[in-house]
Amino acid sequence: MPKDEYQSRDFRVVGTRPIRPDGIDKVTGKARYGADISAPGMLWGAILRSPHAHARIKGIDTSKARAMKGVKAVITRADFTHQPEDADMADILDNCMAGDKARYDGHAVAAVAATSKSIARAALAAIEVDYEVLPHVTDVDEAMKPSAPVVETGRQQENVPEGYSENVTGRSQYGHGDPESGFEKADLIVERSFKTAATHQGYIEPHACLATLGSDGQGDLWVCTQGHYMVRNVCAGVLGLDAGQLRVTASEIGGGFGGKTHVWMEPTALMLARKSGKPVKLVMSRDEVFRATGPTASSSVDVKIGMTKDGTITGATASYRLQAGAYPGGIAFLSAMCGFAPYDLENVRTEGFEVMTNRPKAAAYRAPGAPMGAYPVESVIDELCQKLDLDPLETRLKNAAREGTKSSYGPTYPAIGLEATLNAAKSHPHWSAPLGPNQGRGVACGFWFNFGGDTCVSLMVNPDGTVSLSEGNPDIGGSRASMTMMAAEELGVPLDQVRTIIADTASLGQNEVTDGSRVTFAVGLATIKAARHAIQIMKERAAMTWGIDPEAVDWRDGAAHPAGPNAGKFPPMTIKEIAAIASNTGGPIAGHHEVNAEGAGVSFATHMVDTEVDPETGAVKVLRYTVFQDAGKAVHPDYVEGQFQGGAAQGIGWAINEEYIYGDDGRLQNAGFLDYRIPVASDLPMIEPVILEIPNPGHPYGVRGVGETSIVPPLAAIANSVSRAAGVRLTSLPMSPPKVLAALKAE
Amino acid sequence: MRFETPTSVDQAVALLAADPEARLLAGGTDLLVRLRAGNIAPSTIIDIKRIAEMTVISQEDGGWRIGAAVPSAEMNEHAALKADWPGVVESADLIGSTQIQGRATLAGNLCNASPAADSVPAMVAAGATARIAGPDGTRDVAVEDIPTGVGKTSLGKGELVTSIHLPPKPARSGDAYLRFIPRTEMDIAVVGCGIYVTLDDQGKISDARVALGAVAPTVILSQSCADTLIGTAGDDAALDALAAAASAEAKPIDDKRGTIAFRKDVAGVLAKRAARIALARARGDS
Amino acid sequence: MSQIHITTTINGDETEYLCEADETLLDVLRDHLDMTGSKEGCGTGDCGACSVVVDGRLVCSCLMLAAEAEGRAIETIEGMGQGDQLHPLQQKFLEHAALQCGICTPGILVAAKNLLERNPNPSEEEVRYWLAGNLCRCTGYDKIIRAVMDTAADMRGAA
Repeated sequence: MPKDEYQSRDFRVVGTRPIRPDGIDKVTGKARYGADISAPGMLWGAILRSPHAHARIKGIDTSKARAMKGVKAVITRADFTHQPEDADMADILDNCMAGDKARYDGHAVAAVAATSKSIARAALAAIEVDYEVLPHVTDVDEAMKPSAPVVETGRQQENVPEGYSENVTGRSQYGHGDPESGFEKADLIVERSFKTAATHQGYIEPHACLATLGSDGQGDLWVCTQGHYMVRNVCAGVLGLDAGQLRVTASEIGGGFGGKTHVWMEPTALMLARKSGKPVKLVMSRDEVFRATGPTASSSVDVKIGMTKDGTITGATASYRLQAGAYPGGIAFLSAMCGFAPYDLENVRTEGFEVMTNRPKAAAYRAPGAPMGAYPVESVIDELCQKLDLDPLETRLKNAAREGTKSSYGPTYPAIGLEATLNAAKSHPHWSAPLGPNQGRGVACGFWFNFGGDTCVSLMVNPDGTVSLSEGNPDIGGSRASMTMMAAEELGVPLDQVRTIIADTASLGQNEVTDGSRVTFAVGLATIKAARHAIQIMKERAAMTWGIDPEAVDWRDGAAHPAGPNAGKFPPMTIKEIAAIASNTGGPIAGHHEVNAEGAGVSFATHMVDTEVDPETGAVKVLRYTVFQDAGKAVHPDYVEGQFQGGAAQGIGWAINEEYIYGDDGRLQNAGFLDYRIPVASDLPMIEPVILEIPNPGHPYGVRGVGETSIVPPLAAIANSVSRAAGVRLTSLPMSPPKVLAALKAE
Repeated sequence: MRFETPTSVDQAVALLAADPEARLLAGGTDLLVRLRAGNIAPSTIIDIKRIAEMTVISQEDGGWRIGAAVPSAEMNEHAALKADWPGVVESADLIGSTQIQGRATLAGNLCNASPAADSVPAMVAAGATARIAGPDGTRDVAVEDIPTGVGKTSLGKGELVTSIHLPPKPARSGDAYLRFIPRTEMDIAVVGCGIYVTLDDQGKISDARVALGAVAPTVILSQSCADTLIGTAGDDAALDALAAAASAEAKPIDDKRGTIAFRKDVAGVLAKRAARIALARARGDS
Repeated sequence: MSQIHITTTINGDETEYLCEADETLLDVLRDHLDMTGSKEGCGTGDCGACSVVVDGRLVCSCLMLAAEAEGRAIETIEGMGQGDQLHPLQQKFLEHAALQCGICTPGILVAAKNLLERNPNPSEEEVRYWLAGNLCRCTGYDKIIRAVMDTAADMRGAA
């Protein structure tokens, strides 16, 4: 697919702010989320979870539970008789239902289906598990030591150097040039170590699904997920079903942020449904969401950057160690790719270590790996600016990546928007606003790749000329609105003549998960192409009607127009007129497009934040926040702004208060919204979004993804702000009051 | 599990006395969380909100009697109560969200016996008493004598708190409560401090009560803290002495909400800040 | 287990149901009465997604037993609009794009309506503190606060 898709044009619909099509259902309570659906004869499922961080399962006695009235199925790992050959599938199965051992506090060990929630709960209590508790490790640095308890042996890749525990499953390296020679040219080198805590996506809707599965292998699954095709493929792989026999329908989704790009319990629901012969509804409690679905990784990072007095970065290295939870995999490689991506560097090297621990399997969280990639780098750049008395925005501009820059992770950039965000920041009134006592202003940049991937869209022209658009990606941030807008734009019809739905897995071809900020780009591209396909057919139908060559027909304003030598010879045929006679001109009209979308445009942001630190308590108050980000083209600016604001808010939580807290016993101590402290309304100021539009050359309208980049800069922006306000460099997240006060007192 | 709705204190006492596994339900904001977590499995839940006398705020001998089933939101809407005891009302107003305040009660906050209960240090500073009804009749007990440990109270079998009494507020007196939480709302107190002062006609502090929360298994009513204030004009030196005394009195633990060092430091900071507010109120400055 | 018979009023309609003693009002609304507009985000009163109004008081329906509802008047998100007429807050939430995933939206609307009935002219700070018990993870609250403030201004103008 060509990467020079972009063509400048005047938009009619794109760039406006219509009311979203799924809005009324959502403000009236009618929208149906994962737990909002029931089925006749439905049972309630429930999962028993390990209270131990690491324990061998010597036996499970389910006899008492089975004997209880109202209990219709009790399952353990022994009931999953299909053993997947694929290692990833085998890991997912083991994570959904523990095999020989429980690998973390909250690991599922058994499940029941019963006629009521309370019977299901009582049945769980009647299951007896014989555990042999094993030594555990939850800290990433501890887990890397050769003496650490090993979560699973035999999973280390060959790229891991000697001297590390088997918990270290992989190591990746990126960069170019020679940092050591670069450091020699520096006037100042700052080298520091940083830590970030594991944080949860914190979506308000717990995981939920409703499953049926017959002995013939035919099943249906209703589920809240960011990717129902992924759920289908994984469930089929784990259970040994034919993917085509399992139809998965995505419910409305109550937030995901990456946490719903994985399968945590759906095979369990299907297995309970098969064993009981009834539909089974399985809904996680909040406690289960925290203990048994993936937060993002915690990290431990060393960064070294050399800079000249005029602000040129001469050399840079970073070593990222991220704990991946109880299974191989991980996202340290993404940290290692993203950390220096905003800069044009001669000498840069990064490495990333993927480390297993006795924690839940780490999951994607909005630009996975990038926030902990950027935080240490942007912190050290800020410290260099402070010590060299340099302007932090000018210094970033001086080193900024631009078109033609070879990125720190390999590729050479096409047109990108980093400089535009920095220049917008520089000229914004926020930058020159006065600060009071105990206040500081921080800035930081961030990068995210943005994804493309497998995408299918079908666009049906109905007999009355209205349009039904089917896409296969759950709408997590207003994508039905943006698809409807792009289809209406391309077809030249009013917005209200298009309705977009999320089709089930039996209705479209494979679609990649809603992740990587891919949907507005990739599904948008497929929507535009599907519309063009339909337009081509409608032009042919008009040409046939007129008896002219289809090449001599133009499409504009929702109608076919005779063009060239035939211009003006016939009155235009509207989509409505063409649709009305479709049956007589060749049959129903539909466009479709199937693609592995390439050409996603990378995106950059600069964030600016003012904080005030209470010198007596260490409490941090966020006073003012401004986001500058390149959207490529903002299809629906309200929802672009919403992504900027939401990402910033999550970053604020990550920076100041959110963290997974484990006790010495390896148990999670704060598995609830009371002590896992996400920002509440009174914690935040208004968050001002500034949209820059530097078109992505790889999309017909110039669209880039916007959803994830906004969480990348906040960690460092706030750390820089707090460090300047407090007069002491903070190097560990979250910057909770006890930590800030201790740092102040240590000064 | 049974659900009972007595309409008189006597009925409630009888139900409670008859069933040692019964639990009282006032606002339910702690009880239902524990029920759901499976921490408790009571045989009977006794809802006290249908007992008329327990649902009202009334003036009594110049002071205030607050029924055990009165939600904190109702206290916050009671202008006269708030004018007399703003610290107590504000402490109740800090318990959880707006939604929680629509249900949570002073008596429930007290009898839940959490070391971090927001309203307890404020009530103790105010010199509040709890009226207890039981099989042997009623008795009045100082609020600080109710909690005896984490989750434990001095209530006997069949006894329940029916109301909280706040004494008449003397002239030139004021109270205040401050707590520290990591966010601006929705957290459990990491440290809490309730302070009450009375000034003599020269503006000197003639009486003071200082109560610290979340820094020991039960609320600390600190005489040493009070002594730093009594006889002074509440000047900076006195407040610094108060802060030092509060930090010294605090006997906290390290946990997921704060460290020992942090809690001791912040106990002093809050004592000083709360004292300033109480003093301003006593002087009629606010 | 013997069930408890409750007669109550929900959104103006007299409603009867049977419940277990340990079932919450939210359980009954969602599982027995098929009123799934109130959401369960936590079950512990920390997220506000289950917010309803009982006798004029904003509460979390997950922290109220269903058996407590006897004789009370309950308002839920399902009763917020009148027929096909949206409440002004609902309309403003759409116009301001004050929702993304929408799971917190019913609870926030119920809470905001209760605020404006008590305080027609709230400050931004008052709105933020009133809604502090309603977690939203998508929006950063910015557009939500603006929508509530704008609704209040409109409703004052219309009054």
